[in-house]
Amino acid sequence: MAASQNEDAFVEFERVQKSYDGETLVVKDLNLTMPKGEFLTMLGPSGSGKTTCLMMLAGFETATHGDIRLNGRPINNIPPHKRGIGMVFQNYALFPHMTIEENLSFPLEVRNIGKSDREAKVKRALDMVEMGAFGKRRPAQLSGGQQQRIALARALVFEPELVLMDEPLGALDKQLREKMQFEITDLAHRLGITTVYVTHDQTEALTMSDRVAVFDDGRIQQLDAPDTLYEEPQNSFVAQFIGENNTLEGTVKEIRDGIALVQLDDGELIDCLPVNVSKPGERTRVSIRPERVEFNKERLQAGAHTLKAEVMEFIYMGDIFRTRLKVAGNDEFVVKTRNAPDQVRLKPGEQIEIGWLPQDCRALDA
Amino acid sequence: MSDAAANQPLKTADGIPLKASLARAESRARRKAFLLVLPLLAFILITFIAPIGQMLHQSFYNEGFTVREDVVSGKRTPIMVNLKQWFDENPQGSEPDEAAYAALAADLLHLQELRAAGSAGTRINYERSGSRSMFTKGARNAKKLEPPYKEAILDLDDEWSDPELWQVMRDASSGYTINFYLAALDRAKNADGEIVMVDPERQVYVKLFIRTLVLSLLITFLTFILGYPIAHLLATLPLRYSNLLMILVLLPFWTSLLVRTTSWMVLLQSQGVVNDALVASGLLGDENRLQMMYNQAGTVIAMTHILLPFMVLPLYSVMRPINPSYVRAARSLGATSFTAFRRVYFPQTIPGIGAGALLVFILSVGYYITPALVGGADGQLISNLIAFHMQKSLNWSLAAALAALLLGGILILYWLYDRLVGIDNLKLG
Ligand SMILES: Nc1ncnc2c1ncn2[C@@H]1O[C@H](COP(=O)(O)OP(=O)(O)OP(=O)(O)O)[C@@H](O)[C@H]1O
Ligand SMILES: [Mg+2]
Repeated sequence: MAASQNEDAFVEFERVQKSYDGETLVVKDLNLTMPKGEFLTMLGPSGSGKTTCLMMLAGFETATHGDIRLNGRPINNIPPHKRGIGMVFQNYALFPHMTIEENLSFPLEVRNIGKSDREAKVKRALDMVEMGAFGKRRPAQLSGGQQQRIALARALVFEPELVLMDEPLGALDKQLREKMQFEITDLAHRLGITTVYVTHDQTEALTMSDRVAVFDDGRIQQLDAPDTLYEEPQNSFVAQFIGENNTLEGTVKEIRDGIALVQLDDGELIDCLPVNVSKPGERTRVSIRPERVEFNKERLQAGAHTLKAEVMEFIYMGDIFRTRLKVAGNDEFVVKTRNAPDQVRLKPGEQIEIGWLPQDCRALDA
Repeated sequence: MSDAAANQPLKTADGIPLKASLARAESRARRKAFLLVLPLLAFILITFIAPIGQMLHQSFYNEGFTVREDVVSGKRTPIMVNLKQWFDENPQGSEPDEAAYAALAADLLHLQELRAAGSAGTRINYERSGSRSMFTKGARNAKKLEPPYKEAILDLDDEWSDPELWQVMRDASSGYTINFYLAALDRAKNADGEIVMVDPERQVYVKLFIRTLVLSLLITFLTFILGYPIAHLLATLPLRYSNLLMILVLLPFWTSLLVRTTSWMVLLQSQGVVNDALVASGLLGDENRLQMMYNQAGTVIAMTHILLPFMVLPLYSVMRPINPSYVRAARSLGATSFTAFRRVYFPQTIPGIGAGALLVFILSVGYYITPALVGGADGQLISNLIAFHMQKSLNWSLAAALAALLLGGILILYWLYDRLVGIDNLKLG
């Protein structure tokens, strides 16, 4: 098999396809390259194939087609126990009949590491996740968050270069989750571990990752750093899936000087950034983030197109105001404004004009 | 919390100790729960505890030689009272004198009047064969007996002077006796009242207990070896297939035990399907057909088949909830598939193994019908002998003593299991 094309690629998926039943492809043409030390998150709705990808990497499923390479070596024929990949399972999979210490020393025992070495490593791993006092307990005697930390420690104790985590925080409450998010990223960066992290919580993906791969329908829809992903979604699925988003549907009138003129379905014209459209006459879905909508005329560019809007609802949320508008027939259009002393508080029924910078309004696929 | 506070008993808001308050709150709930289980308790008492108690009592108490109960009127008349009095007055080992024979003659006459010679003789016959006819004959001729009674009775049958017979009568005259337990352990009292082994050709029970134990262990082991992979397959297969397989496993439950046992006879006897097939295929000469039926092999094969579900079901019930991610985790942590099985999967199935083994073992120790049908002479188990004494020889006390020993043995094993594995490690479903 061909050696890696990319010299500093640590994990590589090349044209990987996977089918369980021979009828439908669960993963369709997956291409992914990760450098060493990266924290990459796979984000996507349920059933989009994230776990499947992880399982192929860990060796519990085989790719139907394509190559997966680790450190330049194809791993299709390496059995799971020789891949040296640490894995944190969604249900933690701590062995219930062993104590915490025994759980942690298991990967060391099967590697024939001596007793004193083993004990030192187990202790270090437990201290790392601040669970040193719990070594003699059984998994069932720990809380969810503590079990999560043990699972993490167990995946790291044998010093793997690559760690896979499948929704490890899914079962935790919000507060604990946020704490653990921080702890995991901190640990991963401190130890320089390459991490593939699976979640369907987009906030988690945005806050933790170096890069996020957005999965849908067995494909990576977009693979970018969190800020790029949020600010420059490449298609309407990503725009919808990441963060809150307003969409308006219309047809492209003309494209000139990097600006697309779009006629909305109710006849009004707006300026957009053409992302997924190339020629007049194409249907498009226009995406605007709620915090980029402006209704203070003075802050808009001269000559910018504006739209009439009716205020439907005003919600006070403390740090921000959330105003629901009816725009071009869409009454789910949301505007978010910062709670500042000079901020206007709109009232339901008010008629206003809204606008935005053309680069904040992206014309995507319909 | 400070140490002082920790040592104080906790109190509720109004100063009642927390423990007392909790106990009061719970006692109502407990009373209600008790009322709900009362019918079940009564049912168990009537159908389980009482019969077992009755059986245990019967095993060391037999009034065949002390009381005559009229079948029709239920009237109870003490018998052998004169002889009993003589036994009470003369210590163990006394030579029977004229007074003893006089008492015997009076009692025989009494037996004749009550028409009870047969049943009294049967009780003595349990321990000394050939005694029943002496009693019936003696009773028939009781009217003609005249002093000196010793000569008169010995004239009828000189066996009456046998010291062993007098020892047996002495024991039987009190109702309570451990002789049935002695008999169940191949032991008896000799003429001097000492406990000795019975003649070698009559030593059957201990051998049978040992055989029952060995065969049950073998059957338990075989069901485990055969059942473990099936249970694992059942637990890991997609539901669609595992349901089908489960039906196959349960099929034996839904077929009459007799039909199944008979099928084994059709298959395994020396002119049966298996032997015919082996002979026809040339693997076996016609003259050395395998003996797989009417011996221990038959018992083991048929019982292993019949008891297999009792091993598979508890195993399945512990295997099903074992998440496949445990083995995956072990593999990803560097264990080979064998190590992952040995260190991670197998230990989690031990409660099922314990439950299945205990279930199969206890069932096979008490199994009766299959060995009776396919076991031949040397495939019989202890329960077949219990049944024999219940139904054929009508020596219920010996049957009860055998059953009580069996029960005791099982309880000891149960206790051992609890000590070694821990009963809370048992999972039956
Ligand atoms: N063992 C399997 N056999 C057959 N189909 C499977 C199997 N595992 C997963 N699938 C199917 O493959 C698709 C992708 O599943 P996968 O578990 O990868 O999704 P996921 O992205 O991890 O979803 P979630 O966020 O819910 O965990 C789903 O449609 C699922 O039904
Ligand atoms: Mg998943």
